[in-house]
Amino acid sequence: MSNETIAETAAGTKVLDIEAIRNDFPILNRLVKGHPLVYFDNAATSQKPAAVIDALVYYYTQLNANVHRGIHTLAEEATAAFEATRDAIRQFINAAHREEIIYTKGTTEGINLVAYTWGRQNLQEGDEVIISGMEHHSNIVPWQIVCEEKKAVLKVIPVNEKGELILDAYDQLLSERTKLVSVVHVSNAMGTINPVKTIIDKAHAKGALVLIDGAQSSMHLDIDVQDLDCDFFALSAHKMFGPTGAGALYGKKHILEAMPVFNGGGEMIKEVTFEKTTYNELPYKFEAGTPNIADFVAFKPAIEYINNLGKANIRKHEDALLTYATEKVKELDGIRIIGEAAEKASVLSFVIDGVHPQDIGILLDNKGIAVRTGHHCAEPLMNRFCIPGTIRASFAVYNTLEEVDKLADGLKKAIRLLR
Amino acid sequence: MAAHKSIEEIEEEIVDEFSLFDSWDDKYEYIIDLGKKLQPLDEVFKKDENKVKGCQSTVWLVADYQDGRVIYKAESDAVIVKGLISMLIRVLSNHTPDEILNADMDFINKIGMTSHLAQTRSNGLRAMVKQMKHYALAFKSLKFDV
Repeated sequence: MSNETIAETAAGTKVLDIEAIRNDFPILNRLVKGHPLVYFDNAATSQKPAAVIDALVYYYTQLNANVHRGIHTLAEEATAAFEATRDAIRQFINAAHREEIIYTKGTTEGINLVAYTWGRQNLQEGDEVIISGMEHHSNIVPWQIVCEEKKAVLKVIPVNEKGELILDAYDQLLSERTKLVSVVHVSNAMGTINPVKTIIDKAHAKGALVLIDGAQSSMHLDIDVQDLDCDFFALSAHKMFGPTGAGALYGKKHILEAMPVFNGGGEMIKEVTFEKTTYNELPYKFEAGTPNIADFVAFKPAIEYINNLGKANIRKHEDALLTYATEKVKELDGIRIIGEAAEKASVLSFVIDGVHPQDIGILLDNKGIAVRTGHHCAEPLMNRFCIPGTIRASFAVYNTLEEVDKLADGLKKAIRLLR
Repeated sequence: MAAHKSIEEIEEEIVDEFSLFDSWDDKYEYIIDLGKKLQPLDEVFKKDENKVKGCQSTVWLVADYQDGRVIYKAESDAVIVKGLISMLIRVLSNHTPDEILNADMDFINKIGMTSHLAQTRSNGLRAMVKQMKHYALAFKSLKFDV
C-alpha cells in the first residue's frame, strides 16, 4: 500500500484513495464473462491484497518448517512468524493476554470448540443456551448437538420486521437457568449490527457466559473484547483480507484454563505415557497437530492492512456504498429490502416480486457481477421472513460507487428480462 | 412414427439453434423465453416427493409411461431453470426407456451450458438429467416385471 492511499483531510478524518487500494488486490484486474469483475460477495469471503499473497509465497519459498519443535533456523523463523500473528490478533481485538488467542480453522471451529469443551463440561439437564433468530447455521447446529446430548434447552431471541433483535423478548428468556448466550455481532444475511454490549451485560447479570460470533464484524467494527467483556469471541481470517482456513477464538484466560481439551494429538500435550497424558498450557492445549502455518503467517499482513487503512475510514467508505446501493435498489420496481435495522454494516439483502433470486444471480454473473443468492446459511431467518432466500450484495473497501451503478443497471435489465 | 425424431436429432437441432446466438445475453433471453412458455405443472404434483434433489431452486419432476414411451412434465420456481427443463423435456420426453438411458446429453456441453453455469448450478442440471433417467429405468424394469 502506498503512502498516497490515505490522504489527511483538514478535519483530521482520512479519505481513502480507493483506486490505490484497488491496485493492492490483483484479482480485481480480472475479467469475468468478458466484463471487469464487480465483487459484491465480501460477506462470503473478502479478496486478498498482494501483501497477503506475497506472504504465502514467502513462507513456502523461505520459511517452511514445522513450528514449535526443531532447533534449526527454519523452524525458529517459521515459529516466530507464526506466533507473531497471535500478537497481531491480540492487539486487533484488544485481548489482555496472547494466550487467550486460540488458533482455529475459522469462526465455525471456534464455536464448535466452545460447544464441545465448555458446553459438555458445564451444561446439565434443564440448563438453557440462548442464541438469536438471525444466527448463521454454524452458531445454531453446534448448540443443537450439545443441548441434545446434555438435555439442555436451546432458546431463540426473536427478530422484528426490520431485522433487529427484540431485546424485550431477550429479557424474558434470560433466567438463572441460562448458562450461555451465543449471538452474532453482525448478521451475514442482513448486515444488522446487534447491541452486543447490552446483550453481554444482561447475560452476566444472570451469571451466564457470552460468545460473540465475530465473523462479519471483525472487518467493519472496532473490536475491544475487554470493553465488551465477552467471554468468547470467534473470527475468521478470510473475511478480513486474510487466507482461508485460519481463524481465532478469543476466550477469557481463567475460563479457557478450566476448559477440557478439544482435540488430542501433538502440540497440545506436555507429557505422554500410556498411563496418563498431561496437557500443554494455553493456548497450545487447544491446538493439536501441525497447524495451518502458512495461512497464519499470511494472516498478519491482512490485519496490518486493515490497521493501516483504519477501521473508521473503512467503515465510512462502506457506509457510503451501502447508503448509495440501498437508494439505487429501492428505485427498482417491486423490491423488498430484508434487513432495515437502524445499525447496519456493509450488507444489502433484498427480494424482488415475481423474480427468483437464482435467476438474478445467473444474469448478474453474466455481467461479471458477483452477488450471493440463497438462504446465506441462515434458513431459520429466511423462514422468519417467509422467503426462500435473498439476493445479497456485500461491500468491501475496494468497491466503488461506479460498481454500485453497474449492479443497479444489471438488476434493471435482469428484471425486465425475467418478468 | 416415421416423423418421430431421435434424441440425437433433437439435440442437434438445439445445438444448431444456439449457434445462431452471438452472445450469452441472447442465449439467456432465449432460455428465459422457453421458461416462460413451459406448460405449468398441475399443483397436485408440486409435492416433496416430486422434488429433484441437488438443485438450488425448487424443481418438481413427474413422468408418465404411455405406449412404451416416457412423458415428462416438470416445473421450477426459477425461470432460467424452467428454460433448461424445457430443453431437457424436448430432448428426452416421448422416447423409449432404452433411448433415454442411452442418451449422452452432450448438447448441454455443446451449447456451452456446463462451462458457463457455476458449478453448483450445472450440478442441478445434472441432477435433473439423472432423475429423468431414473424414471426411465423404473419404467423399463416395470415392463419386464409384468
